[in-house]
Amino acid sequence: MLKFFIQGILRDRQRSLLPIIVITIGVTIVVLLQTYITGVFDDMIDFNAKFSTGHVKVMSQSYYENMDQIPNDLALLETGELMGEIQDQYPGMSWSERISFGGLIDAPDENGETKAQGPAAGMAIDMISENSPEIERLNLENSIVRGKIPKTSNEVLLSDDFASKLKVSPGDQVTLIGSTMYGAMSITNFTVSGTIKFGVMALDRGGIIADISGIREALDMQDATGEILGYFFDNSYDDLKAIDLSKNFNELHSDSTDVFSPTMVPLRELNNLGSMLDLVGSFSGILIFIFVFAMSIVLWNGGLLGGLRRYGEMGLRLAIGEKKGHIYRSLINESIIIGIIGSVIGTAIGLFFSSLLEKGIDMSGIMQESSMMMSPIFKADITPTAYYIGFIPGVLATIVGTALAGIGIYKRQTAQLFKELQA
Amino acid sequence: MIIIITIISAFLFQGLLFAQPSGDEILDRIDKNMSADSRHVISKMVIHGPRVSRTVEAETWSVGDDKSYTEYLSPSREKGTKMLKLEEQLWIFSPSTDRTIQISGHMLRQSMMGSDLSYEDMMDDPNLRSKYDAKVTGSEEFNGTDCWVVESIANAADVTYQKRKMWVDKARYLPLKEELYAKSGTLLKKTELSEIKKIDGRWYPGKIVFKDMLKKGDGTEFIVDDIEFNVKVPEHLLSKAALR
Repeated sequence: MLKFFIQGILRDRQRSLLPIIVITIGVTIVVLLQTYITGVFDDMIDFNAKFSTGHVKVMSQSYYENMDQIPNDLALLETGELMGEIQDQYPGMSWSERISFGGLIDAPDENGETKAQGPAAGMAIDMISENSPEIERLNLENSIVRGKIPKTSNEVLLSDDFASKLKVSPGDQVTLIGSTMYGAMSITNFTVSGTIKFGVMALDRGGIIADISGIREALDMQDATGEILGYFFDNSYDDLKAIDLSKNFNELHSDSTDVFSPTMVPLRELNNLGSMLDLVGSFSGILIFIFVFAMSIVLWNGGLLGGLRRYGEMGLRLAIGEKKGHIYRSLINESIIIGIIGSVIGTAIGLFFSSLLEKGIDMSGIMQESSMMMSPIFKADITPTAYYIGFIPGVLATIVGTALAGIGIYKRQTAQLFKELQA
Repeated sequence: MIIIITIISAFLFQGLLFAQPSGDEILDRIDKNMSADSRHVISKMVIHGPRVSRTVEAETWSVGDDKSYTEYLSPSREKGTKMLKLEEQLWIFSPSTDRTIQISGHMLRQSMMGSDLSYEDMMDDPNLRSKYDAKVTGSEEFNGTDCWVVESIANAADVTYQKRKMWVDKARYLPLKEELYAKSGTLLKKTELSEIKKIDGRWYPGKIVFKDMLKKGDGTEFIVDDIEFNVKVPEHLLSKAALR
């Protein structure tokens, strides 16, 4: 029977060409959108996790409440002990201490007086200990434009744009003016070891990365840290695991009566990423619904046109005694095969274009004023879902379209058939 | 009879004494108390942070509201830090880095040493009468003292606060409480003056509590340990050479 349907479709190409073209175009768009949007969202989540949120983040409760202000005066204390406990209790994760800081970077002239200055957004990470995963995590080696990664606690990396604005080069000295965790003024000299390109406008404007020991010294934060970031070892965010981990940690370590006690927060509750995660989760469903709806209408009309063209064929089949239900089912079966053929072709074309987009589209031109923590290179990401997602709207839309168009078969009157055929 | 006349006289005298002056007159009287051609102040700032309180001691020389030189005396982390303000520019010398850093523009409105005071608050001595138009909007009691409620709107562009609402002591003409507003109408700071003393024929507060309304915390106490008005300020202190 299958062979019969396939032969019918191949021999009478006018019957199948339009539906296959419609399905191919629709499935190509579905696959392309799925890979592209998944890629952009996944990149955004991954970027936020690496630079800002971790997969989970530990902070003091009051720091968490005022996180936008980077309140280092509310930082966690005695973090050496806390880090030891966390590493023992949750060995399945990689833990890193970080300090976010703001301030003014001042570049001196030859007399030691201000040559240029600008506001800086800084991040202190462990850059000089052996086996620190942070340099690799933030892809710093590959982001270096000039100079090298800091080797000592008084060296820093500046964003290349910021360094150019301040007219400083690797080897030059800059001064960080900020405030200590106790609110005192902090003025500390650092040597620029290198400049980097973050690829994110918000950081390229005034970003600075320093070693955490140097910043602890500068901001009077010995044995203190703003944030402890936790990452799953496979570097992939697992929402349910992160939520469970946070619940467990907070039961053990959080004290609702002490605003300085630690609290663990999963990525979804930081940087408004929860809504993005939910959107990614429901995106495939939304995409399938839209395309099933749109393609069904086109294929319904295609089916009606085909029905008119095959009016005589249907009449003859009915006249020789074939049951209406049988004809209707055979049309549905044909449509399934057409749907599969269109979906295969559409998926192949969609994956081809997606693979071209894996290198990404550079949107930096239109994102110059953006302060979002995201890369301006928008890339597609081919996940296993991309291989089957197109088949759902592809096959479903042909079935729905044919089912609607085929209702006309039931309206044919047997008594009229021979008159129609004679005509 | 004498008693009745005395009571009536006293009543009338009090009426005359507290007859409502105009807003501008009140600002004039405040300026006579608070402003001076030059000053020398030894002060303490007690900054109440969320975890600890810190005390910073400083010595300041100033001329009008354009020139000012401050040297921090303690604690050890801040000792030797010097600030020089000339017109709209501020230089900070940090002995630990041996750097002279210039701060200007909006950075002058940043918190100074983590306190509720900005660099401008610390170094300004604005002449209210010349920079604000004032009107008396009422009469209220503040901490048991009869006060005029005065609202002032800036008439100059170079002021830090667009609007000031003051509760001015009717007898001593000092703003015992003040609310400082931005152009947008946002309340930026509150101040309260206390420990009023008579120094060199003028009333002056021994303590001012500043509260930055945009940040959490219990505010900053500015305590005047010693103050001299209209002193001769050594010339060399008001130049960049004094910083190193």
